[in-house]
Amino acid sequence: MSMARQAAWAGEEPLVFELSTDYTGGPRTVAAGVDAPPLSSLLPASALRSTAATVPAVPEPVLARHVGRLARRNHHLHHGIYPLGSCTMKYNPVVDEHLAALDGFASLHPYQDDEDAQGALELMWELERMLCGVTGMARMSLQPAAGAHGEWTGLRMIQAYHAAHGDLQRTRVLVPDSAHGTNPASAALSGLEVVTVKSNHDGTVDVEDFRAHLDSSVAAIMLTNPNTLGVFEKDILEIARAAHSAGALLYYDGANLNALVGVARPGDMGFDVVHLNLHKTFSTPHGGGGPGSGPVGVAASLVDFLPVPTVEKREGQFVLDHERPRSIGKVRSYYGNFGMLVRAYAYIRAYGDTLPQVARDAVLNARYLQARLAPLFPMAVDTPCLHEFVATTVGGQVEGLRAMDVAKRLIDYGVYPPTVYFPTTVHEALMFEPTETESKQTLDFLADVCAAIVAEASEDLAFVQAAPHNAPVERVDEVLAARKPHLRWRPEPS
Amino acid sequence: MLDAVGASRIEDLFSSVPAQLLDPRLDLPPALSEQELVADLERLAARNRPLSAWESFLGAGVYRRFIPAIVKGTISRPEFYTAYTPYQAEASQGTLQTIFEFQTMICALTGMDVANASLYDGATAAAEALMLAVTHTGRKRVAVSAAIHPESLRVIETYAQGRGVAVDVIAQANGVTQLSAVRDALTAEHAGLIVAQPTFFGSLEELAPLADAAHAVGALAIASVDPIACTVLVPPGEAGFDVAVGDGQPLGLPASYGGPHVGFMAVRDALVRRLPGRLVGITVDKRGRRAYTLTLQAREQHIRREKATSNICTNHALMALAATIYMAKMGAGGMRAIAEVSAQRAHVLAARLAALPGFSVAFDTPFLWEFTLRVPGDAAEMARRMRDGGIVAGLPLGDRDPALRDALLVCCTEMTPPAAIDHYVDTARRVAEKPQEVRA
Repeated sequence: MSMARQAAWAGEEPLVFELSTDYTGGPRTVAAGVDAPPLSSLLPASALRSTAATVPAVPEPVLARHVGRLARRNHHLHHGIYPLGSCTMKYNPVVDEHLAALDGFASLHPYQDDEDAQGALELMWELERMLCGVTGMARMSLQPAAGAHGEWTGLRMIQAYHAAHGDLQRTRVLVPDSAHGTNPASAALSGLEVVTVKSNHDGTVDVEDFRAHLDSSVAAIMLTNPNTLGVFEKDILEIARAAHSAGALLYYDGANLNALVGVARPGDMGFDVVHLNLHKTFSTPHGGGGPGSGPVGVAASLVDFLPVPTVEKREGQFVLDHERPRSIGKVRSYYGNFGMLVRAYAYIRAYGDTLPQVARDAVLNARYLQARLAPLFPMAVDTPCLHEFVATTVGGQVEGLRAMDVAKRLIDYGVYPPTVYFPTTVHEALMFEPTETESKQTLDFLADVCAAIVAEASEDLAFVQAAPHNAPVERVDEVLAARKPHLRWRPEPS
Repeated sequence: MLDAVGASRIEDLFSSVPAQLLDPRLDLPPALSEQELVADLERLAARNRPLSAWESFLGAGVYRRFIPAIVKGTISRPEFYTAYTPYQAEASQGTLQTIFEFQTMICALTGMDVANASLYDGATAAAEALMLAVTHTGRKRVAVSAAIHPESLRVIETYAQGRGVAVDVIAQANGVTQLSAVRDALTAEHAGLIVAQPTFFGSLEELAPLADAAHAVGALAIASVDPIACTVLVPPGEAGFDVAVGDGQPLGLPASYGGPHVGFMAVRDALVRRLPGRLVGITVDKRGRRAYTLTLQAREQHIRREKATSNICTNHALMALAATIYMAKMGAGGMRAIAEVSAQRAHVLAARLAALPGFSVAFDTPFLWEFTLRVPGDAAEMARRMRDGGIVAGLPLGDRDPALRDALLVCCTEMTPPAAIDHYVDTARRVAEKPQEVRA
């Protein structure tokens, strides 16, 4: 594969508001076909909008080209690798898109009778059981819309559990300093106090510091395993024992489950509550930022607190159970991002009992890429990684080369940058997660590109610092965007 | 590859995991070929009887509207559906520009100043709006109209309970929020008031006095709105509201058994730094060309951690893209046209049903395309018997409010053919006349 491969971006594209100002016309629509007066006679004049909303109708040929040109201004998985650490940007099987769009799923209304939704309920019931099997949990709610939503749902259940045990003083959550930002934010949204616990240099929990924080005010400990440095929490069983003997519950952030899926289970490690990111481990597409799906699994002691409704099987019929008196209540409308559940179900069924191969290949790919990049970038830790690893430009071959420069120059080669500047405990962090769906050729290409960038930087650092040179735009002024927020288009005053 | 990493077997890569944890029994079925997979999912899909198999009059927050082909044609493109969150602006201009267009369109519909990049759904958007009000005012009590969607009310309760926020539910009368009850209930302890337009019962609120009542005690006024209705009704921004939220499902998204849909939130300029979730702004690149980027990220969890305005990270970007393309294809004019058709059909259906003995429209407040119908006897029983005629007659309301045991929430859209309206009226008459046997 030639490294000179062009990213093939398109040029500037007008805003849709610059393509049309037709606020009152629009495409031909169906006639009412009933004998009724116009809307203005059906409603009081005071209820009616006096001026048209400035949403233009764009003729379809113009709109189609707008879409096509914008599409060319995006990196995406069918174009190249997306080695974003902690994001698990694996390939999304095309068949899953077709399956979720089957009319029997797509046209199903959430308030239809259960008897009209037996296929959907069966799918959810089976998916719950498969996910429980993979995580080692007793039951699971498929409702949370994303990982952070799952975290909050899990913490609400933990609060309900402690309240049911009269432990109302448990208002603190221990979170390592290397954790994802959603962990402390979800705790705060639940009204819990966040206590940041120091981690060892490899991101693992400092067990002594952890023990020092454990007291009767602690509701939960939130951990990612492997952690954000890709390192397995070696003391996990001891941590679980200590947490439980202090009366606290252990929460598993499933963002990094791709390292272990099918190989080891959070439930066996002692976790009481587990959220998954179906849009990471189970390959539902990211959609440019969502929708995701963040199911939450719980140990037997927390099943009563699951959000309503649950899916139950009674006398061979599947039903939604809304009558769960100890439930934390509803966490979102209806029953979850069902379309994403269809994709995740299909993904798991396709792998079936070969699912552990996902984690094995993901780890092998990460270790291979790490070995190829080690001569170029110092690694943040020397502990062997699992599915992802963190490198740094600090102490590397080129003085002054920053993580952001590497990131922006990668774009010129048609490679999306790794996660940068996270975890914040590592300076100039470059966090790579190749996933199992990248071929050896692609990993070698990425490593060769990184070598070329380091070589370029040692020749002409300023050139790399000025990257990208081959993208639809050059480096974007984020400071200006924040200083003078321009958050919407406005029509010219007429 | 194993040689390069210095391992002899792939299993050796997991040596850091305690042996007792490795290789659990998973009880997963055998792997499937793509052909077998499609067959299995087609079997499950065929076990459902979706709305397309019925003459449907069911809405209640999720509406069956015609979806132009270009909507699915756009969100099926891998350039959009496989892309990640646009953190690296230079490689994500396509997604960023579509989000900017979405934000602008939501502002245009709602009459507000700034909209965010999306939230999960209408219910969580409503809850987030009230949490915004709590943070903004420093008060720990919120008021919720009993006429908002029950799913939203339940979700608000769960959010509020975690944060130690008290929820006061304000009574509805005649399908709308009772203004006198609002005035009686609201105090200087309230952070915000939320109402819906149209209400869950299909009725139209008179918005401005509700906003005034909230402002009179220093609370924020929040409206949960239907986006298509915004093309014909006075938008919440014009009626004095501070925050508008809603669910974008009517904008080109299939029902999909309740998700994924898309939540939206728009606010006045003064509240922009309290907005939850992502925001895209216009800036320039190094050569001074127009460029887009995520901005004001100091509100968000990955920067502010426990001090963030919300914990939301992943949102519903692809559904927002679908809504954007839907709105661009239809324009305000096209959306207004289908709003009018829907309303005309619903008004004809309502009038013809009200002429039948024992039937009436429950509330005399104005409505658009959805109304609450009183039927002779038990509404759930009525709906069960209408099913025998191939009709999903609406949503029986008795489970939600015992006082509405004889009420059905009935909806028409541009997808409700006039012949189905005739059939509904005939079937309803026969069911009411002959309680025993109704077969189409």
